Amino acid sequence: MKKIRIGSGAGYGGDRLEPAILLMQEGGLNYIAFECLAERTIALAQKEKQRNPEKGYNHLLEYRMEKVLPLASKHKIKVITNMGAANPIQAMKVTGEIAKKLGVSGLKIAAVCGDDVLHILNENTHLNILENREPLSSISNIMISANAYLGTTGIVEALNNGANIIITGRVADPSLFLAPMIYEFGWEMDDYAKLGKGTLVGHLLECAGQICGGYFADLQQKQVPNLWNIGFPFAEVDEHGEGFISKVKGTGGLINRATCTEQLLYEIHDPAQYITPDCVADFSNVTFELLGPDKVKFDHASGAPPTDFYKVSVGYFNGYYGEGQISYGGNDCVNRAKLAGEIVKARLKDLNCVDFRIDLIGLNSINPFQTVSQDISEVRLRVSAKTDTFAMAQLIGQEVETLYTNGPAGGGGATKQTEEVISVLSVLLPKLGIQHHIEYLNL
Amino acid sequence: MKLLEIAHARSGDKGNISNISLIVYDQSNFQFIKENVTEEKVKDWFKDIVLGEVKRYELPQLGALNFVLYDALDGGVTSSTLLDKHRKSLSSFLLEMDI
Repeated sequence: MKKIRIGSGAGYGGDRLEPAILLMQEGGLNYIAFECLAERTIALAQKEKQRNPEKGYNHLLEYRMEKVLPLASKHKIKVITNMGAANPIQAMKVTGEIAKKLGVSGLKIAAVCGDDVLHILNENTHLNILENREPLSSISNIMISANAYLGTTGIVEALNNGANIIITGRVADPSLFLAPMIYEFGWEMDDYAKLGKGTLVGHLLECAGQICGGYFADLQQKQVPNLWNIGFPFAEVDEHGEGFISKVKGTGGLINRATCTEQLLYEIHDPAQYITPDCVADFSNVTFELLGPDKVKFDHASGAPPTDFYKVSVGYFNGYYGEGQISYGGNDCVNRAKLAGEIVKARLKDLNCVDFRIDLIGLNSINPFQTVSQDISEVRLRVSAKTDTFAMAQLIGQEVETLYTNGPAGGGGATKQTEEVISVLSVLLPKLGIQHHIEYLNL
Repeated sequence: MKLLEIAHARSGDKGNISNISLIVYDQSNFQFIKENVTEEKVKDWFKDIVLGEVKRYELPQLGALNFVLYDALDGGVTSSTLLDKHRKSLSSFLLEMDI
């Protein structure tokens, strides 16, 4: 029976590279996918591209490709990544330049485009925003980007055309992993049970270290060995969509039923209806079985037909963010920090801002409860808000910093930060008429 | 007893929605958390921050519950001024629940 091995080389845009390299060297891989796009990343990348048409792809593209291309060539591993972000074509050209510089030949690089649907949304501002049910026209004058979550189709076409390095923009994360299964096993696009199984594999792998003990470990009941040296996962899958998850022997981390179950439910709502562009996957009956150390068999995923819509992330300008922080320690530090917060609030009372927050880090900044214990030795004041202008946002950090000479005793370590806010909302766009296109570069 | 003695959890975010998985270490405790960690209890536990409803899904074969918390992220990662914009730390605070 035909089997392939697919590795996971990155779980987010800034992820570690060392585990991916080891996986390519020793994992016996046929494919590796690098998932590098969070919800907002592509909106930020679109802004970069507007400023400079030769930018707008993942900042670590060059860093990664310098190491990845020689290994892909040596071990005959095909690479699939959404590191193209807002500019897959430029990312392809840059990757080609790196290959030439390194003397790596025999590559066919593909740039899969078509996810940028801003021009279509500009003509369809009657569509409703999912989060607040307002029409898109309510933000159409501040829209920066609109990218549809495409499925496997473009990647599969590129594989059929002989590409071995495939760079995309926005593609649903599991589709990066499902595409090689469709291509290798000849799965039909209406074989939803298999698409659901392949989507499970993609979902388990898409966060890389998160199924290998990353984001899992504690020092009590969930001890993970050698987390510093965590290995990234691979799946060995057969033509029925069945198989197991494992990692390279000798690496740190842990794969067991518990790590797999946490990852299965990570950012999932109804497990019976995990909506992707390729299918609606059903994870509600999934089982995991430990086959050996760091080796877990997955089974019983299924799927149903996809919806008629693409989910589109719309990036828009949402003002400016200002923040300041300063620490207090020793006797009664919590009350001095509280006083400092009240002083800043009074000094900023005429500032027109939204989502104004005063947090005491160490006491109530991430804690959702009204904590009563104040018996702590140090605490850090954090003041944050959004404003209409950059200059107004700067005032927030400024008024925290001025606490040095104009606030309670013993404030130290003041920092301040100001940045533009690009927020993201979603709409559903009918699939009909949205077409990917692919460019190739032969080396 | 605190929930953390018998179960582990992981939080994630999508838009303004948080989800928290709750998974028992020992399958024999699944019925206990199913009966005791209800949608109402989780909504009440996080009443200061979860403005919408709480929906629960059950995966008995994995000893897992999945809680979906609507309108729980102060607008969502890309617009809120929270320190932990994803509210990823909610999993740890769910495990503090007395049962």
